[in-house]
Amino acid sequence: MDFNYTEEQLALQDTLRRFIAKDYGFEHRRAMAKSADGFDREAWKTYADFGILALPFPEDFGGISEHGGNAVDTMLVMEMLGRGLALEPYLSTVVLCGGLIRDAGSAEQKQALLPDLGAGELMLALAHFEPGNRYALDQVATTATAHHAGWTLDGSKAVVLAAPSADKLIVSARDGLGLSLFLVDAKAPGIKLRSYPTQDGARAADIKFSAVQVGPEALLGPAGGALALIERAVDQANAALCAEAVGIMAALNEVTLEYLKTRKQFGVPIGKFQALQHRMADMVIATEQARSMAILAAVRADDADAGERHRALAAAKAYVMQSARTVGQQAVQLHGGMGVTDELNVGHYFKRLTMIGLTFGDLDYHLGRFSDTLLAA
Amino acid sequence: MDLNFTPDELAFRDEVRSFLRAKLPPEISHKVHGGKRLEKDDFVRWQKILHAKGWGAASWPINHGGTGWTAVQQHIFDEECADAGAPMQLPFGLKMVAPVIMAFGNPAQQARFLPRIVDGTDWWCQGYSEPGSGSDLASLKTRAVREGDHYVVNGQKTWNTLGQYADWIFCLVRTSTEGRQQEGISFLLIDMKTPGITVRPIIMMDGEHEINEVWFEDVKVPVENLIGEENKGWTYAKFLLGHERTGIAGVGRSKRELKKLKAIARREPGDGKPLIEDPRFRDRIAQVELELMALEITNLRVISAEGEKKRAPGPEASILKIKGSEIQQMLTELQMQALGHYALPYLHEALDAAWPGDPLMADYADDAAPLSGHYFNVRKTTIYGGSNEIQKNIISQMILGL
Repeated sequence: MDFNYTEEQLALQDTLRRFIAKDYGFEHRRAMAKSADGFDREAWKTYADFGILALPFPEDFGGISEHGGNAVDTMLVMEMLGRGLALEPYLSTVVLCGGLIRDAGSAEQKQALLPDLGAGELMLALAHFEPGNRYALDQVATTATAHHAGWTLDGSKAVVLAAPSADKLIVSARDGLGLSLFLVDAKAPGIKLRSYPTQDGARAADIKFSAVQVGPEALLGPAGGALALIERAVDQANAALCAEAVGIMAALNEVTLEYLKTRKQFGVPIGKFQALQHRMADMVIATEQARSMAILAAVRADDADAGERHRALAAAKAYVMQSARTVGQQAVQLHGGMGVTDELNVGHYFKRLTMIGLTFGDLDYHLGRFSDTLLAA
Repeated sequence: MDLNFTPDELAFRDEVRSFLRAKLPPEISHKVHGGKRLEKDDFVRWQKILHAKGWGAASWPINHGGTGWTAVQQHIFDEECADAGAPMQLPFGLKMVAPVIMAFGNPAQQARFLPRIVDGTDWWCQGYSEPGSGSDLASLKTRAVREGDHYVVNGQKTWNTLGQYADWIFCLVRTSTEGRQQEGISFLLIDMKTPGITVRPIIMMDGEHEINEVWFEDVKVPVENLIGEENKGWTYAKFLLGHERTGIAGVGRSKRELKKLKAIARREPGDGKPLIEDPRFRDRIAQVELELMALEITNLRVISAEGEKKRAPGPEASILKIKGSEIQQMLTELQMQALGHYALPYLHEALDAAWPGDPLMADYADDAAPLSGHYFNVRKTTIYGGSNEIQKNIISQMILGL
């Protein structure tokens, strides 16, 4: 057991922390959220320069280390992006889609996509969840009908994160063999997007696929063998979301503590009142415990043993979301009227935390999955 | 960052396991697993067995007769001991007074007291709380007046755990009423056989005699039993409380109790099928297991950081105390709830390991009988060692600067 980061990890954390503090302040972030793209393309280039867009990929495909970074590296990045409330589609492009291509892609696909992705020249989105299916990963109605020159895709996808900026989509669909993944050009004929901002300032879309034609090179991974790949990618995405949530909780604790020390009522800083001190202590405890579970999530996210990985990720996501609710709601409450305004960063942190809690499984979904593992043991 | 044990750590775990298999007396582990009453001899016997192996003081440095183990090794040892049903090593000597003697005692005190703690010769107890000084500990009034080469101690201590067995008590006493109340406190070691000491039992709501009042009437204590400097006792007391809180996380014991809870829930019928198949109850178990998983990692993070910096536990230990105590309470509450009707019978005799059970009662009533009492007993955990409200004050003031 070892609870230390490596020198390289600490250096990366420091680089990102300084970038967020200096170049990604709250007002800048607010302006970017209102821009057409909904994120900062300059920041995306900077991420490429930092090497974080290629972080999980092996050196041969543009990565910065021989075998590629692990989920602990991703945790460090996500925690810092959480701190900065970064709007860029890192989760969709790098963690989810980059991870799927790394794990399932042929050598040609990896060579064609990962170096561009790492250089910041390719954005991706995973089109998997569908209307009416909530969080279940195996419920897909979209069809891939095979023919002599490839497949025809038909179906609908719900709330596809980062779809509006994506150059390519990874689409899950049912063919004769089971669930498969296809790489599709986002502008291909037959694809219609209904794009919208999300509550936290990012972008997403509902997508309709009508007789979309893809060739044989579009198949990502084995035909009919996509479910295990998707489960793994979503576990890794949930580990990343846990880390992002911890970054946000730490930031919320800092601003709330500062407010308790400076805001005066009844002639004293409100942090002198024990009722508020104990809430603040509860927030600190919740954050430290959540951090422990985010570490567990990161360490287990790379596990090849799917059973142990699912169990750890369900545990971590459920626990972190519960802590996030405590911290987010209390941060708003302790800021009083200011806490519910659009003007202050607190509300924006809170909204992002809340949306993380509804992405790829909510608290009840993950608690239920974890709880059900008790039947097996 | 790696939560997996290294090959060396796995080998160490195997070594601890085989030691426990060979040396832990089954009549003792039977009591622990069954929630039966442990006698003084059970604790002392186990301490002597550990000492014979050189494992009497897992958390001590080698030069004082400890193991010099890393934080992870200590964690493994705690967990394996708890899982095997070893009695808890009581903290009063090993984890409370010993670190104070090591840090602030003189070489003569170290040579005199430490070996007798690790080898199980001396049973220590704590003299901190007083009837008028609970959370406001620094207001304590037990007086120690210097007369020649002795202090003369008068006053009353309370909530003294297992002092009925103790050879020694470490006490906070008032040696000055000048200045701030924290600045007039001293740390004294007192032989329990000294004339003038009276121990009176306090019966807890589970019917057990676990705590006492201790009265001091003109008790003569040699000045060489003063730790450190006169009137600096508050500093040592705070140091000690930090050590107490890390032990209080109780991760190993809670993991054992969680296992037991699951076993009960698999066995108990609930509406025609095992209780664990009721998702409402199962989710309650899941919730407490999540808390415990997080606490285990938080505990390791805190103690590893301390190990590397070679410093005493700081206010972070308050987080461990709060979470650890809440988890212990949740576990006993669910164990009791799982019993259904059989949570009701009060069979005090069932705490005795020799109780044969009763053929007229359901066959598991024997195992079930101690569990409700255990629930009532562990209401103490959020109160002792600095109540959880005091812990939150410590977090607010020491970590957050509020």
